[in-house]
Amino acid sequence: MELQIDDSVLVRDYMNGDERALELLISKHNQRISSFIYSKVMDREITEDIFQDTFIKVIRTLKRGTYSEEGKFLPWVMRIAHNLIIDHFRKNRRMPRFEGNDDFNIFSLICDDRLNAERQIIKDQIDSDLELLIEELPEDQRTVLIMRIYRDMSFKEISENTGVSINTALGRMRYALINLRKIIERNNIVLTN
Amino acid sequence: MAKIYFENPDKCALIKARPETVSFLLNYSKSLEIVKFDGLSFENNLN
Repeated sequence: MELQIDDSVLVRDYMNGDERALELLISKHNQRISSFIYSKVMDREITEDIFQDTFIKVIRTLKRGTYSEEGKFLPWVMRIAHNLIIDHFRKNRRMPRFEGNDDFNIFSLICDDRLNAERQIIKDQIDSDLELLIEELPEDQRTVLIMRIYRDMSFKEISENTGVSINTALGRMRYALINLRKIIERNNIVLTN
Repeated sequence: MAKIYFENPDKCALIKARPETVSFLLNYSKSLEIVKFDGLSFENNLN
């Protein structure tokens, strides 16, 4: 039969440097304190965290020698655990936690579509290279390409603005793209990221 | 009434902290040293 040493004796021994006394105290009250925390938070991982924080406070108080044996050890530890449980709920109320599941992931709604810094630099570089390449095109092709790609104009609008037929505008766009590809191939330029 | 009492039977679950948690606490305790000087106390964690 296991000999039950009184808590006050174990606490005194621990404060006098006997580390084994702490092991006995934890083992003696582990189930009671863990079950108490679990009954409030209903989460195994949070229970582990609060149990750990509770005993860290206990250890620091005992090692500092500021613990006074006014009440019993267990009610004191339970009070610490209780305060930490309240802190946990307060913290969660200030910063509610949402966990997605297989059916719904919150990040599908709140994800950031912006490019990261590296990709943004690459994109800017490609854009500026492309502008230089477009400058190499003949004037009529360059005008159609800029209106179509950069100003998002329809071929009907381009034809009205440049005074040519839609077919001519389409043809100029086609040649602009062919010539751009030729310039890119001739100069071995890589425009992808 | 029975329904109310047995709404959440998990609340009465008996559980224990994991051995890793206990082991961490024992190691933390061994590594923690309190130095008192001139009415002030300083914590040393010798990991």
